[in-house]
Amino acid sequence: MPGAFFEWFGEIGFFCGRVFRAAVTPPYEIRELIRQLDEIGSKSAFLVLLAGAAIGVVLSLETRNSLIRFGAKSSLPAIIMISIVTESGPIITGLVVSGRVGAGIGAALGSMRVTDQIDAMEVSGVNPYRYLASTRILACALMLPLLTLAADFSGVVMGWVANTIAEPMSFRLFLETGLKHMTFNDFLPPTFKTVVFGLIIGVISCFQGMRVRGGTEGVGRAATSSVVLSSLFIILADVVLVRFIIVFFP
Amino acid sequence: MQKDAGPAIIVKNLHKSFGRQTVLNGIDLKIGKGETVAVLGRSGTGKSVLLKLIVGLHKPDDGSIQIHGQEITKLSLEELNTIRKRIGFLFQEAALYDSLTLEDNVAFPLRRHNKIPEKEQKDRARELLSNVGMDKDFTKLPSQISGGMKKRVGLARALALDPDILLFDEPTAGLDPITASEIEELILKLQEERKTASIVVTHDLHGAKTVSDRMALIHEGDIVIEGTFDELRKSDDPFVSRFLREGKE
Repeated sequence: MPGAFFEWFGEIGFFCGRVFRAAVTPPYEIRELIRQLDEIGSKSAFLVLLAGAAIGVVLSLETRNSLIRFGAKSSLPAIIMISIVTESGPIITGLVVSGRVGAGIGAALGSMRVTDQIDAMEVSGVNPYRYLASTRILACALMLPLLTLAADFSGVVMGWVANTIAEPMSFRLFLETGLKHMTFNDFLPPTFKTVVFGLIIGVISCFQGMRVRGGTEGVGRAATSSVVLSSLFIILADVVLVRFIIVFFP
Repeated sequence: MQKDAGPAIIVKNLHKSFGRQTVLNGIDLKIGKGETVAVLGRSGTGKSVLLKLIVGLHKPDDGSIQIHGQEITKLSLEELNTIRKRIGFLFQEAALYDSLTLEDNVAFPLRRHNKIPEKEQKDRARELLSNVGMDKDFTKLPSQISGGMKKRVGLARALALDPDILLFDEPTAGLDPITASEIEELILKLQEERKTASIVVTHDLHGAKTVSDRMALIHEGDIVIEGTFDELRKSDDPFVSRFLREGKE
């Protein structure tokens, strides 16, 4: 078991090396990259908006009662905005995308592997690490910050809506009160840390998909393991990145 | 140019194992230009592995593979891709890209390697599809067509870059006898027109006899006999006799 664990890390390291070499050397697969940006980005947007909205509402409902108890109700907009922008938005986006996109990539590449489509691509003189893997990984890394912005926006708006239902407040006032306590360091590093989440989702799901063995059962396993492993590594990476952000962007 | 003078493919003392399982144990095979050789053998004897070694999808443990006089086992990926452009490969299940339409499947190698306008790529793809009897349904997806049709499209894609070597992995496996016979006729027609060097991997003795000039029978990782069908029939090797007897000739 420990052998398999280290073997997995060795193989994924080797895989990353091959993808990196393929990605930085021409020809560049711009058309496929754009297709993947659409596939990964715009088709995940609705889910991410929904998840962000739910987080905004829940945060507003939960925090409101606690703040009233401590007599700090006026801090509600700031608390909602800071917690969404610094942590809830990025992590929820990462987990939602790893569920939707990770499973999709793992299953798609896995089924291409077992039906010889990846071999057919190689025989055609096309590098599958460039055409299939690097485009998907890059698209994940580029789209995650944008999707996070969408989740943040939706969370803040729905947080305001939930708050306004309980106690009417203009959106402008809500934003002004919230933003008064925020700096760019609260906003930029947490948003850009999702590039790492995107890389994790892309690398793990492409790797799990392209190494599939064992027919359709293997494809199912690849889809599941893509989601499980990328979610796990996103959470672990988040711990490290939060510490990094606290140290370097106080 | 001198490199192209000899046989199209020379395989020498080829060994390949997967883990502890030895699949090929010192295969020697030579395919001349314009010649078609059928590689026969029981399931799981390494026939498909031999094709994948020839096209560089697997690395051999030992031995040599020369394509048009060039040793391919030690080439870089870029050099190997240059050789691969001269090889057409029809996979067992056709291996069509399921997210692309039939014409895009055939145009895929053209888009990668031929710097011709998109309109010409599409016209060329449609022409290739028509040549294999697929003169409609260009915009269908692979999931919308039958197994025999998939093989035809796979064949059209294999021909896209005008290869001078064709490798067929079980071209008639899983097809009904009529469709199988149509695919065999198609292979014969292509060989007549293009004079390619071809290897047809199959366990269908009748199909092998129809499409090949010569046959090679693999058993226990090695070629036990090589020759025409009549030469194989005269063999007193017990495995060869049994294979020919049991084969649906």
